[in-house]
Amino acid sequence: MSVVFEKTHALTDAHFHYCPGCTHGIIHRLVGECIEELGVLGDTIGVAPVGCSVLAYNYFDCDMSEASHGRAPAVATGIKRVLPDKTVFTYQGDGDLASIGTAEIVHVAHRGEKITTIFVNNAIYGMTGGQMAPTTLIGQKATTSPYGRSAEHCGMPLRVAEMLATIDGAAFVERVSVHDPRHVKKAKKAIMNAFKCQLEGHGFGIVEVLSSCPTGWGKTPEEALEWLVENMIPYYPLGNLRDPWKEKSDEH
Amino acid sequence: MSKVLMKGNEAVGAAAIKAGCRFFFGYPITPQNELPEYMSRELPKVNGTFLQAESEVAAINMVYGAAGAGARVMTSSSSPGIALKQEGISYIAGAELPCVIVNMMRGGPGLGGIQPTQADYFQATRGGGNGDYRTFTFAPASIQEAVDLLIEAFDIADQYRIPALVLGDGMIGQMMEPVEFNEPKQRPLPKKDWITTGTGGKRKPNIVNSLYLDPDELEEHNMRLDKKHKEIEANEIRYELYNMESPEIVLVAYGTTSRIVKNAIAILKEEGIEAGLIRPITLWPYPYGVFRELPKSVKALLTVEMSLGQMLDDVKIANEGRLPVHFYGRAGGVIPVPKEIVTKVKAIMGGEQP
Ligand SMILES: Cc1ncc(C[n+]2csc(CCOP(=O)(O)OP(=O)(O)O)c2C)c(N)n1
Ligand code: SF4
Repeated sequence: MSVVFEKTHALTDAHFHYCPGCTHGIIHRLVGECIEELGVLGDTIGVAPVGCSVLAYNYFDCDMSEASHGRAPAVATGIKRVLPDKTVFTYQGDGDLASIGTAEIVHVAHRGEKITTIFVNNAIYGMTGGQMAPTTLIGQKATTSPYGRSAEHCGMPLRVAEMLATIDGAAFVERVSVHDPRHVKKAKKAIMNAFKCQLEGHGFGIVEVLSSCPTGWGKTPEEALEWLVENMIPYYPLGNLRDPWKEKSDEH
Repeated sequence: MSKVLMKGNEAVGAAAIKAGCRFFFGYPITPQNELPEYMSRELPKVNGTFLQAESEVAAINMVYGAAGAGARVMTSSSSPGIALKQEGISYIAGAELPCVIVNMMRGGPGLGGIQPTQADYFQATRGGGNGDYRTFTFAPASIQEAVDLLIEAFDIADQYRIPALVLGDGMIGQMMEPVEFNEPKQRPLPKKDWITTGTGGKRKPNIVNSLYLDPDELEEHNMRLDKKHKEIEANEIRYELYNMESPEIVLVAYGTTSRIVKNAIAILKEEGIEAGLIRPITLWPYPYGVFRELPKSVKALLTVEMSLGQMLDDVKIANEGRLPVHFYGRAGGVIPVPKEIVTKVKAIMGGEQP
């Protein structure tokens, strides 16, 4: 029998703890595949966040550091400044990156730090039990927005990719989704490019990945993916916002 | 080597570079700005990196990353900034990373002021961050000592994989004194085989982490840290005894205050009163032991601080109820003068109760 498909070697054999239907697992695999295919696994240091993916350090088969809530970009900065020739990435949720860690992500982009950030936007705090995130949609119910998020009360959902794309040091910015195989493929390409952006020394690269949280949203895995398509994508449009290669060629 | 006249903050920077520190992450705050400024000027000359972080929170987390990647790394700040760094310090202690943190204390609470105090003693020795952890703490009394202790702090941090704090104050940072840069004493240091530098495909991944979801595992980790803390208590306590042959009263003071106390002791001597000084050089671990071997002549203890009585707690613990423990302190950045201390000692000798 010939092997037609294998799990990436960039992931360990540890079992994911993620809920059924959660797309964190898919995103892990895409990140792992990219690192493996780029041939940099032995030269990679990952920084795990606080949130559902807090145990990411057990899943990636490379050196890993666990950061405090929101501070992964600062930790990654410290690592990258010591080891400028290594590949450094952070993997962060929306509570981590868009709430407690907004200063750190803005400034890692602002400095054009040559790291790659995988930003998992599931519009909710999964790990702590489904509280409202800065990315929670208007009208969306969460355990701390039981009447549905209202803009008047706590502002409009934060569009992180758009915000970071205004910063000069952010060399690669793209928003993708992983709700179906076609989009998973696109997501992989974006993640690959975000790493290439680092390897080629252009500056900071971030991929915002729209992700499902069936548990936090109170939906079945299938309903959750439908909800993502119907509600998240219209507010968080998919596409590339910054690309160092395109921008370079545009100049000519 | 010859002596050079240097400002405390700059001398500390020079000592760090001498100790092999090549990475510095900081954020401006008075009265320690000359230190990051010095590092920004001098580190590039030795292929090192100075980076001004966007905040103290980011700075200490950059330290965490750099230490995890195996670098000799330092940060500095002053009181409100160290308060912000406490989150990171707890994580650094939890992940057992070596680094050096300088606090040139100023008055608080809150924004407080910019004059020297010793009001961060609790923060330094009890920890402002969460969890069962300790930070090794040196308290230099002169710029020469700041330089010598800073160099040693790096070795202690590496040996025990612990954050080492050098607790000065605005006075130590701002004044100028002649200093000599001595060759650091070499101690055998363990190999850093736990750092995250990339596996190179040759070894199992290393993980820098402070999370233990299983309470049994976390307790085990806490026990391991505790064992290390006990080892430091056994090996690294440092103090100075001054005029301790047969004093009637023993003053306890550290850092800048201890120098003022020494002047007070000289005045008292002229007036026929013998006063001694216990000067803790390490605040954690604290030299509790010396209080058990005081000469029979000692009738009372007097703790003098530039705070309203923070080290006083440790003196009381050390004294174990044997002698009356008095206190004299000034706060808010007011520096006590020898005359005030002399007056206080006389009042105690005259029968004043604590
Ligand atoms: C300083 C601090 N504050 C709060 C928490 C609690 N906390 C853990 S995970 C989390 C939310 C994470 O949400 P997100 O980043 O969106 O990730 P998800 O769990 O949704 O994947 C919070 C608030 C913490 N660990 N540390
Ligand atoms: S709580 Fe949500 S984000 Fe967390 S693992 Fe479960 S489904 Fe995924």
